[in-house]
Amino acid sequence: MVASSDDPPLDLAAVMAETDVEALLATLDRELVGLVPVKTRIREIASLLLVEKLRMQVGLSAGPPSLHMSFTGNPGTGKTTIALRMAEILHALGFVRKGHLVAVTRDDLVGQFIGHTAPKTKEVLKRAMGGVLFIDEAYFLHRPENERDYGQEAIEILLQVMENQRDDLVVILAGYTDRMETFYASNPGMSSRIAHHVDFPDYGSDELLAIAKLMLEGMQYRLSDGAKAAFEEYIIRRQARPNFANARSIRNALDRARLRQASRLVSRRGTPLDRADLMTIEAEDIRVSRVFTDYTEQST
Amino acid sequence: MRITQGTFSFLPDLTDEQIRSQVEYCLALGWAISIEYTDDAHPRNTYWEMFGQPMFDLRDAAGVMTEVAAARQAFPQHYVKVNAFDSTRGIESLRLSFMVNRPANEPGFELLRQEVEGRHIRYAIRSYATDRPEGERYS
Repeated sequence: MVASSDDPPLDLAAVMAETDVEALLATLDRELVGLVPVKTRIREIASLLLVEKLRMQVGLSAGPPSLHMSFTGNPGTGKTTIALRMAEILHALGFVRKGHLVAVTRDDLVGQFIGHTAPKTKEVLKRAMGGVLFIDEAYFLHRPENERDYGQEAIEILLQVMENQRDDLVVILAGYTDRMETFYASNPGMSSRIAHHVDFPDYGSDELLAIAKLMLEGMQYRLSDGAKAAFEEYIIRRQARPNFANARSIRNALDRARLRQASRLVSRRGTPLDRADLMTIEAEDIRVSRVFTDYTEQST
Repeated sequence: MRITQGTFSFLPDLTDEQIRSQVEYCLALGWAISIEYTDDAHPRNTYWEMFGQPMFDLRDAAGVMTEVAAARQAFPQHYVKVNAFDSTRGIESLRLSFMVNRPANEPGFELLRQEVEGRHIRYAIRSYATDRPEGERYS
């Protein structure tokens, strides 16, 4: 006789299928180049949530898990994009009810005079409930040089809601690595309430090229063979320059290349253009970039 | 006497769970929620005090429920209602309004009769609670 206390075996695959979280993770892998450590962390978090869901089904409860996160990394490494995906994943697994993302900065939270901050912060929090609150450049909330700064008030309200209404919203703080570390060091309460610290690495030059390809596909352009070689060289030179902002710099470079392509096409008036001409970015569109003229003064 | 007003006036008081699902319904239709309170619940008094600002762009009822809880805590012996405003052009008015809090003890209304010319009678109703000044009623 089989022991009656045995529960039926739990089907992890069924839970995964019904939440379509696997599909979301697959799109994440496909659409975002590189970021391997980040993707691994997100998979880990997703597995944790999946297991938590199974545990809830059999009545094991560890309370709602703390899901607040911190995304640190250099500009243009995909923090906002990942936050959007994270909101979708959390929604698919049922850990946030609506799955929308409210992206804010210091301006949206901190008021300009006494008594202005609390209602402002609370309004933002209410809007974010049921979804994810993404605070970009969160270290601006704390201004150590001015002890009367209202940012501290916003932080306190934030902390209170992060602690008491964990099942109503998930807060993601984002910012540059070094400044976020200073921020956490001066706000230990914030640091201890964040369960997941995810660090975004810089992209390698091959990854940046892959990103450029994806972007161009999206815009229905393509690089000629010469342009491709030129762009590879461009990326390496651009990385060495100051103010390099990873994928954002690539996007800007491509926008400028489109501009030059357009003016090149307009200037050869008289010759007929075909579809391929309109789509192709040539080496000369990239080579005229300031990045290739090494000895000029460095400017923005 | 239990005063009723608004959309669900014929029903018993809504539970928090029911309030939440009503609010979810309003938000799903894109209506903005506001909270009002008063201690002068005359049936013809439509001007209640605002509790905080109206809440626009909400996606989930949790924000409203937080405010309802705050209103109940600040005014436990007042009437509190939740309003849903529809900003659709051509409507631009309240679509739904229901009470979420009431005083523990409601003394009810007195019927006043006034004899006027030709032995006509004019009637009025007056809440016993309004004997006392605002803020001290129902306590």
